[in-house]
Amino acid sequence: MTLGRIRLLVVVLCIIALEIVCRTGLIDSYTLIPPSKMAVALFHLLRDGSLTPEIVATLGAVLIAIVGAVIFGILGAVILHALPRLRRAIDPVLSIYYSIPMFVFYPLFIALFGLTDTPKVLLGFLLAVVTMIASTLNGLDRVPKVMRKTARVFRLSKWSTVREVILPSAAPHIFNGVKLAIAQAFVGVLGAEFILSTGGLGYQIFYAFHDFDNNKMYAIVLLVLIIVSIVNTILLGWERRLRQRRGLA
Amino acid sequence: MNIIGNFNTIDGAARPSMWKQHQRSFDLLMIAAAFVVLWQVFFQIGGSVALASPWQATRTAIAMLGSADFWGDIRTTFSAFGFSVVIEAVLGILLGAILGLRRLTGDVVEPMIAGLYSIPKLMFFPMITLFFGIGISSEVAFGVLHGIIPIILFTMSAVRNIKPVYLKSARTMGLSTTQTLFSIALPAAIPEIFTGLRIGISGALIGVILCEMFGSSKGVGFRLMNAVANNVVTDISAITLILIVFAAVLSGVLMKLDERLHHRI
Repeated sequence: MTLGRIRLLVVVLCIIALEIVCRTGLIDSYTLIPPSKMAVALFHLLRDGSLTPEIVATLGAVLIAIVGAVIFGILGAVILHALPRLRRAIDPVLSIYYSIPMFVFYPLFIALFGLTDTPKVLLGFLLAVVTMIASTLNGLDRVPKVMRKTARVFRLSKWSTVREVILPSAAPHIFNGVKLAIAQAFVGVLGAEFILSTGGLGYQIFYAFHDFDNNKMYAIVLLVLIIVSIVNTILLGWERRLRQRRGLA
Repeated sequence: MNIIGNFNTIDGAARPSMWKQHQRSFDLLMIAAAFVVLWQVFFQIGGSVALASPWQATRTAIAMLGSADFWGDIRTTFSAFGFSVVIEAVLGILLGAILGLRRLTGDVVEPMIAGLYSIPKLMFFPMITLFFGIGISSEVAFGVLHGIIPIILFTMSAVRNIKPVYLKSARTMGLSTTQTLFSIALPAAIPEIFTGLRIGISGALIGVILCEMFGSSKGVGFRLMNAVANNVVTDISAITLILIVFAAVLSGVLMKLDERLHHRI
């Protein structure tokens, strides 16, 4: 627990240092505004409610992307696990996938689907689904043989074996995949909004940036950081509990 | 290191036989063919207003690669990419080594760095342009921002995971500190550090291209956004193709090197 406290202290010291550097004019206000001003600006934006639809738009798109990625990721991994040859063939694609700048596909998506919410959801989904597949495969590989045998002894059907034995056994790895997928979905959706879109937090940051409205821009950046950190913290805590129950931690 | 778990780490499996190798290249070819077919299907659905056919895009890409104009953009992208790789490698390995050697600092900082990794780095784009201005320096900075975190994390874990027995035998043989560093510690840590570098290099490429897409007046990424703004469909498809093929080949080569390094140990 002391580690956590030191970490908190480091973060607080960093924020204070940033505040001092900005207040004394070492960094001018066209470049960076003090954290306290960001917080105040964010508070006003949240109170007058002008940001609420953007928050809903972004989080909604992220949610759809995540749900899609989790469903198709698990499904894809189960299929790939059942077909070793296909898996071997597709393995190089999976391993170089994240070194390909997916954002360059975004213009194509816009051309295909128009300037709607579909391209950004699709981008979030595409970034999230592969990490989900990889993690689930990793989990399926580690299901102890004895569990599969036990399922056979009990004469479970193929479907109930997957549902009642294999997926629960692979759950910690699948959960890790969900965690990574959520991070990737945020990257995809916010990035897509940033590039070209009609709404959402990423779009608002881009808009404020082009308006030289630093207060608004940094306020929304701060909001995004807060949202992502909260989601991360919740997931980490949840994962720790899951692992403890399994006796893994 | 589960935060970067989406990059397969390599385990030292036995080398496949000749026959298996052939089967593998055949499968890879089939996958490539499947992509081309998929592309053609999308082309049939979307039509030529949305994207170019594989054949058209390849022809435009080859024509582009033949023009001096485009090579100017490639040079810009490459110099930004090169600078970011050098900077992130030096800084990342240095920071990683320090964090690996100082246990408490490492324990405190590691989750924070890993958390930073899951934040959409595009959010920092305005900040980077405000600090560095539009041009190559912000491209380099953005590239470094995208690539340095895995290098730090992997170097840190590499330094921590050096087997104590290696260091003990170095002491037994009476090696000096520099000798220990260069003939024991570095060779033992290099494979894992290289895995970090591989991910970091790919990250830098993504960062540089992204930065060119919104905040630059040169480079391949700028060309892409320019084609988008002018709605030149064949150019969009061709540049996308060039970027994807380059990133895939680069990553494939690094992957092979990585495998070889892991086999040697």
